[in-house]
Amino acid sequence: MKIMTAIKRVPDYNLRVRPLPDQLQVDLRNVKMSINPFCEIAVEEAVRIKERGIASEVIAVSIGEDACKEQIRVALAIGADRGIFVKTNAEIQPLASAKILYALYRQEQPDLVILGKQSIDGDNNQTGQMLAGLAGLPQGTFASAVTFAEGAVTVTREVDVGLETIKLTLPAVITADLRLNTPRYLTLPNIMRARKKEMTTIALDSLNVDVTPKIELLGVASPTQRQPCTFVNDAVELVDKLTNEARVL
Amino acid sequence: MATLIIADCENNQLAPTTGSVISAAQEIGGDIDLFVSGHDTNDIVSNAQSIAGVRKVWVAEGEEYAHPLAESLTPLVVNLAPQYTHILASASTFGKNLLPRIAAVLDMAVVSDVCKIIAPHVYERYCYAGNILATVKNHSAIQVLTIRTTAFSHAEKKAPSSASTESISSDSINEQSRFMGIETHQSDRPDLTIANTVIAGGRGLGSKENFSIIETLAHKLNAAIGASRAAVDAGYAPNDWQVGQTGKVVAPKLYIAIGISGAIQHTAGMKDSQVIVAINKDADAPIFQAADYGLVADLFKVLPQFIELLAAR
Repeated sequence: MKIMTAIKRVPDYNLRVRPLPDQLQVDLRNVKMSINPFCEIAVEEAVRIKERGIASEVIAVSIGEDACKEQIRVALAIGADRGIFVKTNAEIQPLASAKILYALYRQEQPDLVILGKQSIDGDNNQTGQMLAGLAGLPQGTFASAVTFAEGAVTVTREVDVGLETIKLTLPAVITADLRLNTPRYLTLPNIMRARKKEMTTIALDSLNVDVTPKIELLGVASPTQRQPCTFVNDAVELVDKLTNEARVL
Repeated sequence: MATLIIADCENNQLAPTTGSVISAAQEIGGDIDLFVSGHDTNDIVSNAQSIAGVRKVWVAEGEEYAHPLAESLTPLVVNLAPQYTHILASASTFGKNLLPRIAAVLDMAVVSDVCKIIAPHVYERYCYAGNILATVKNHSAIQVLTIRTTAFSHAEKKAPSSASTESISSDSINEQSRFMGIETHQSDRPDLTIANTVIAGGRGLGSKENFSIIETLAHKLNAAIGASRAAVDAGYAPNDWQVGQTGKVVAPKLYIAIGISGAIQHTAGMKDSQVIVAINKDADAPIFQAADYGLVADLFKVLPQFIELLAAR
């Protein structure tokens, strides 16, 4: 079995980003960038499936500027076999990402695509479902467990009412939720090994995909700030404040 | 203008957040139709028909719709789509799973988690874990949106069953995906996404057994129970209690965070609550930056007293 994963380069999850003074864009100058945590989980899962002897190859794809190669190297250090870097300076929105991944899907013919369920910058949670729609594949979104048997994959999904289990025919698209696994720490030997792995660069134009953004960003703002916290000394004072001041009890 | 709302009919009932999606559609303006699906849809349909403002209810009934599989529902909605300017669903796991698939087949973009309608194609939404409020204009011919239901009133106005109904089916049979089962956490507590009060517990509780004190407090206040990611990861609470960037978004009148440190990924899911209370023994915990009232104390000492005071009222 061949698995394709994709990774996005995003601001580190610990950062609080802010709008630029013109309030038109987010300030990403000198911001520490990392692999999107959900994408990291997706790559980890693909590698574990390979380590269980179910998959024979794991491909890691990233789309964007040259710096995205750093995140592909992280995926290769986790254990992906080769990287595909789709080079573009254009803004790539979820539908465009899905179209690019669909083009690569047709080239590579993987049996399984594992993506993160959302990126922590756009918070869209769309690309996996869109890829499944374009390719006409079944989808197992928000996965917290994945098992294989007889040409099918069983996916446990974290849904609003609990844990849902569905069975999908292969090929299929899976999107990873937080509890699918805990990604391994990268060891120095694996980081060194990753440097020697194959990484192909593809110019976006060569894929013949329409990536025109359909969503225009008109402006960005910081959310309204709350008044500073009022500290109380004990439960008696808390009940008093909630009853007589906030009037919520 | 006409809006099609894909109603979340999980558990064979109309989700309580449907009213919020209808409120959003009313702000957009124009006719509002509802799409419902299920195995036995009688109750769902009569509920849907009785909501004021609904023109028509499309009904997909059959065993294959007993559980909302995206592969089964997508062809039905894609067939209806050309009649509409807007397609809406709640930003629940149901809507987030289904709408992007439908939109991709239609070659339309999706605006996720809309929290304000500025104009029929201009919206506000949060991104970057709630740190950025973005205003976006969607240039797609059909506007596909998931709605952050806490940002819109869920009060449904009832009307005599005036909406018409029409059955729909599809020639294509879904052989790709099959529902195998669901593990739900039975609870007599109010629904987390619409509750007036939410009591949420974090890693500070220390164990699954200790989490019962949250349940006792929730019972006293007729509150829903939430949890931080750390508490769910540690197995103290089920996944469907998780509040945050990637879990549920809540905005109750009163949110009490107990033993929760308050990472931005958590506050993204509760910061629009009207009044936020934090109880934590660490005075430097970031949760106090999100809170209106803070109590720096050992929760195991404070909570029994708090519960006692509430009982004495």
